[in-house]
Amino acid sequence: MSTVGTMSSNAGGRGSGQSKPIQVMGEILDINRSGSYFILSITAPGIAEFAQPGQFVTVGMGGEETSMVLRRSFAIHRVQSRGVYGGSLDLVVSPVGKGTTWLASRKRHDQVSLVGPLGKPFTLPTQAVSCALIGGGYGSAPLFLLAEKLRERGCRVDSIIGASSDDKLFGGLDLKRVSSSLTVTTDDGSSGIKGRVTDVLDATIDAGGTDIIYACGPMPMLARVAEIATTRKIFSQCSVEESMACGIGVCMTCVLPVVGDDSITRMVRSCVEGPIFRGDRVRWSDIGTVPPDTFGAPEATGTR
Amino acid sequence: MTRAIISSQGIPSQGIPSQGAQAPEPTGNRGSIVTPQSWLDMSTNLGGLNLSSPVLTASGCAAAGRELENYFDITELGGIVTKSIMLAPRSGRATPRMAETPSGMLNSIGLQGPGVDTFIEQDLAWLNARGARTIVSIAGGTAEEFGKVAAKLRVAGGVEAIEVNISCPNVADRGQVFACRSDSAANVVQAVRRNSDGKMPIFAKLSPDVTDIVEIARAVVSAGATGVSVINTLLGMVMNTTTMRPALAGVTGGLSGPAIRPVAVRCVWQIRQAMPEVPIIGMGGIRSGHDALEFILAGANAVSVGTSIFNDPSAPIRIQRELSNELGQRGFSKFSDAVSYAHRNEDLVLDPAQENFADDWDFITE
Repeated sequence: MSTVGTMSSNAGGRGSGQSKPIQVMGEILDINRSGSYFILSITAPGIAEFAQPGQFVTVGMGGEETSMVLRRSFAIHRVQSRGVYGGSLDLVVSPVGKGTTWLASRKRHDQVSLVGPLGKPFTLPTQAVSCALIGGGYGSAPLFLLAEKLRERGCRVDSIIGASSDDKLFGGLDLKRVSSSLTVTTDDGSSGIKGRVTDVLDATIDAGGTDIIYACGPMPMLARVAEIATTRKIFSQCSVEESMACGIGVCMTCVLPVVGDDSITRMVRSCVEGPIFRGDRVRWSDIGTVPPDTFGAPEATGTR
Repeated sequence: MTRAIISSQGIPSQGIPSQGAQAPEPTGNRGSIVTPQSWLDMSTNLGGLNLSSPVLTASGCAAAGRELENYFDITELGGIVTKSIMLAPRSGRATPRMAETPSGMLNSIGLQGPGVDTFIEQDLAWLNARGARTIVSIAGGTAEEFGKVAAKLRVAGGVEAIEVNISCPNVADRGQVFACRSDSAANVVQAVRRNSDGKMPIFAKLSPDVTDIVEIARAVVSAGATGVSVINTLLGMVMNTTTMRPALAGVTGGLSGPAIRPVAVRCVWQIRQAMPEVPIIGMGGIRSGHDALEFILAGANAVSVGTSIFNDPSAPIRIQRELSNELGQRGFSKFSDAVSYAHRNEDLVLDPAQENFADDWDFITE
């Protein structure tokens, strides 16, 4: 795979041109509904200006005396680096839990605590290659920013979004504007092709001559995307969603087994080493376990 | 910081300068109070270890300090207490490792870490180069392992104190934690003491999941601990009602956060009552300077900020600032004067020259 060698790598991690995360109070400028989701526009001076596609922010829940002690993380959907209010960004909130329901019910001018930009961004090709972008559910949120950057570099962009049903699809219209093609799938057939995003991936690869696959969505979807990419010898980058307590690399809760450059599997933090991982490096079928050959894995007895 | 001072609610404003998001203003009748941070002596002594501030990070909530550098200057804190280090690298447990609970969280990480050699080469070296005061938390499956880790740290140097995490499973005792028995807790502390410099401050971190925490505190101090860290997490459990299985892969986990704070304050109080001179590092759900003050009044010589870091990465430095304000508002000129102040005799007055202060004490409990 020639493109692999030409990726502008951020594998070096810390430093490499990425801005450091900061902690700021943001003001909610607007809240809009999109299907089952809410799009929050929030001022984020010092974050929005430096955010790169695939990075995320964490948002404090419930105010100062909240009983929700953990922040929630959200992929950065869009950024406006200049405006009346300075930089601002858009987050996509799916109100399914206590915290996200609280956030979705905020009003304009409410203040929320933000930390970001966090995590490693998607790496971008240095040449004008053909890219397939795949989003499952609100997993398509970070793809819009990515598609714009890819188009700036002259890349072809073919997008696929999918969800269980029509109301759970996100960002189709926006993506369509920056993509050469957009394919929509739903599990129940309420919109687009009935089936999964991975059912149409092969056809998209064939039609677009895909060199790189970018994906964001639920773990089973990512696992299948990575499998197809690896089988077809296409470089893939997947944005994982692991539950995180801190988002900044100190709590060690968001780990998953990933194979390093030295072929050794380690339990790595998806917040700082990720959330973007090479599809062929994540041990998808072992997520939720510590594979016995992991660095520092317990001896045969007592993983618990 | 917009969430500067959140702690003065519940205290009537009579006789106290009005509290907003700023430091107290100088007032006529309380001329000695200016901006507390500027003159209040925050230094503390932990059994020979002098720190410029009593606010530390809590083990397991700050990694080895480096990630927090994005949010504040870690050298401004009293010290960094590292995540527990073991002899060998450890992968930790499977996920899910975490569940949020009311005003707290449950975790079951399984002591993931690089092992003491890599820790010394990378993390400790970085902390020392950065000029941080480092308290290294150590863990082990046997008393011997604790001793070996301590011996390696002794050779490495650059360690201000050792915190002994005895709340980890004892391989020789069917996985029961060392902290739940006086003899096993004492054995670990002895092993660490034998392998450390005689002057090295050693703090045993106690579990609240015991019948009598004072008995364990006495045992570890007799075994050579300089002081105690109080408390570790409480053992808890959460069910996932979708899978109808335990929410954590490790089944049980450690409960932390504001939910456990009253338990922690009680433990500090009981140990201080029994052992008037033993250095105590207090921790458990500290979210504000006001919370930290509770521990100090109960007898803590220093406090560690843990789970709150997950909510607010700059919490330790904010709490340090807030604590200074809280002390200043109550007329203290030295942090050390506030330690154990709740244990004072009823008729003791802070400063006879400021008699009306005595009235304020009635309102301090929320």
